[in-house]
Amino acid sequence: MELIRLHEIRKTYSLGEVSVPVLKGVSLEIARGELVALMGASGSGKSTLMNILGCLDRPTSGQYWLDGQEVSRSSGDERALIRNRKIGFVFQSFNLLARTSALENVIMPLAYTNALLSKRECRLRGRAILERVGLGDRVDHQPSQLSGGQQQRVAIARALINRPQIVFADEPTGNLDSKTSKEILQMFQDLSEQDGITVVLVTHDPGVAHYARRVIRISDGLIAEGIYDGQVAEPTLATA
Amino acid sequence: MHFLYRTPLMAISALRRHPLRSALTTLGIVIGVGAVIAMVEIGEGAAREVEATIASMGSNTIIVMPGNLSAAGVAGGAGSAMNLSPGDAQALANSDRCSALSSVAPLVFARTQVVANGRNWVPDRINGSTPSYLEIRDWDQLGEGAMFTDEDVHAFREVCVVGQTVAHELFEDESPVGRQLRMNNRPLKILGVLSRKGANMYGQDQDDIVILPWTTLKFKVVGQSAQKTNQSASLKVDPSQQVNSLNTIFPSVKPVLYPVASATQMADSPQPVHFINLDLIMVKARGDDLIDPAMRQITELLRERHHRRSAQPEDFSLRDMTEISRTQASTSRLMSVLLLVVAMISLVVGGVGIMNIMLVSVSERTKEIGLRMSVGARARDILRQFLVESLLLCALGGATGILLGRFSSFMVRTTLLWPTRTSWPAMFAAVGVSLLIGVVFGYYPAWKASRLDPIEALRYE
Repeated sequence: MELIRLHEIRKTYSLGEVSVPVLKGVSLEIARGELVALMGASGSGKSTLMNILGCLDRPTSGQYWLDGQEVSRSSGDERALIRNRKIGFVFQSFNLLARTSALENVIMPLAYTNALLSKRECRLRGRAILERVGLGDRVDHQPSQLSGGQQQRVAIARALINRPQIVFADEPTGNLDSKTSKEILQMFQDLSEQDGITVVLVTHDPGVAHYARRVIRISDGLIAEGIYDGQVAEPTLATA
Repeated sequence: MHFLYRTPLMAISALRRHPLRSALTTLGIVIGVGAVIAMVEIGEGAAREVEATIASMGSNTIIVMPGNLSAAGVAGGAGSAMNLSPGDAQALANSDRCSALSSVAPLVFARTQVVANGRNWVPDRINGSTPSYLEIRDWDQLGEGAMFTDEDVHAFREVCVVGQTVAHELFEDESPVGRQLRMNNRPLKILGVLSRKGANMYGQDQDDIVILPWTTLKFKVVGQSAQKTNQSASLKVDPSQQVNSLNTIFPSVKPVLYPVASATQMADSPQPVHFINLDLIMVKARGDDLIDPAMRQITELLRERHHRRSAQPEDFSLRDMTEISRTQASTSRLMSVLLLVVAMISLVVGGVGIMNIMLVSVSERTKEIGLRMSVGARARDILRQFLVESLLLCALGGATGILLGRFSSFMVRTTLLWPTRTSWPAMFAAVGVSLLIGVVFGYYPAWKASRLDPIEALRYE
């Protein structure tokens, strides 16, 4: 049973009189535990596709099944709930809260979780997650006291705090050097293989896409390669 | 209801990230609330002082003054015709028609020297009256000793009570009770000392007084009423009037404008003054709602007794003491209210400052808002967060303002020695108003924040 299924997703922006179609009928499937790279040039619609996949935006038409639930017509509040429970985000520019400790950053999403966790439980969970990403000794450091790679790890920990089923990473290594990038991408692999979390890496960098087992290419609002058509997928090659 | 404690905690940590900015934002509220509290406390203190002073003069009192004497076309003014008789006072006290009155006291005045204990003093006031006088003035509790009785008045007894100032001037720290003082060479036994009253609204020392039975004062101490005499000085006669050889060249006699009555004419013209008449009658109404009926009843009765025909005006006048003092009090109250309005305006300005800073804060934290939405914050979570931040700022500002206000009124009380009064209603009102300002002025920025689109917000630079 696939985690994600898109069927004929279209997204059109209307700017006054002009309508701009960005996604022109995207269909694909992503299974649990897959590490997928979403590649495309700028303007290809990959950011829009990621926004729709991440429930930040709604498609103009089409269906989107996430974990067996059809979410293309959900309200803002429903989508917020889904984002809280099932989805985690990692951004290129980390987006951590300044002057706040790593631990506080990591447990921030728990403030919006309906399940009542005591403050102590929240902090315990936060510490555990930070250990998992290798920052157990930097729990009280503030972002200004952390390196780029460490900050991104805090962001990953934050994305994982609510035990989501899928993590979307938008150019996660864009602001990092090659050595650190490798570590981060390694971590995504571990999450996919060991923890069974589905990871979608959005990137334009083939080197990054190399770490994924499958590459979905999008071009001009349509999937060029990598549509999962119901059969067991073979890992596709990244271009050299 | 986890938001009840989580959101405030979130808000606190958000405010802590910019401590100086948060502090400066609340400055408007702090000053506004501080001003309101200080103003109210000082105003209340002043109002209490005024009330106490008014009360010390006796509440619900009416003064009946004898009418206007006109001699040869020259009006003598109120009080110059001595036409209030003891019978009038009696009638007012006993009549069934004067149900609104609770007590009546006749008053006779004198001003002369008193001598006692080897010292002398001229009291500001020497009042001849009855025991009801103390009742009317709300002065029943004596400091020492006892008041003379109605019996003493009937019997023309030579007794008196003295005020604290007179007691101090003549006897210093010794007790005057049982001792003797001489007034106009008449010895009087001091029966008691009045309790302290302090100064009245007009600045006169109310304790500089001697009270004795009016019968004694009139018949035994002074020959007439309201006349200045000094028993220690010999009769002063201006020698330049008697022996002035230059009289013929430089007359020193004042010109007489009206024809001088001859001795026969004086004897023939009716004396408008009765020897035993009173200077004043002081009356107390039963309640402050009965002051007007009391005045009506007095007017009716006295008109009848003085045989005034319906067209003629009264030959006496009434003064409502409460009216006068209320006017004074309302003026000071008006000033307090005006000052309060100004302080409230500064609170509103503070609120505008809050809104300003919250708008800036929202703008600055657009990315943060986008991030929070991406991890699952709904629009109303964002609205709540910013509203609570605004409320928290205002609550802190209000609390600090109350401290500042209390401190200011304390300083005023100790350095300027003005009276102030702690006002709990003002403090609750100030807290309530500052929270209200937090909600009203914080709502728009919070609403703006909640309407942000997460995708655009995340992209915001």
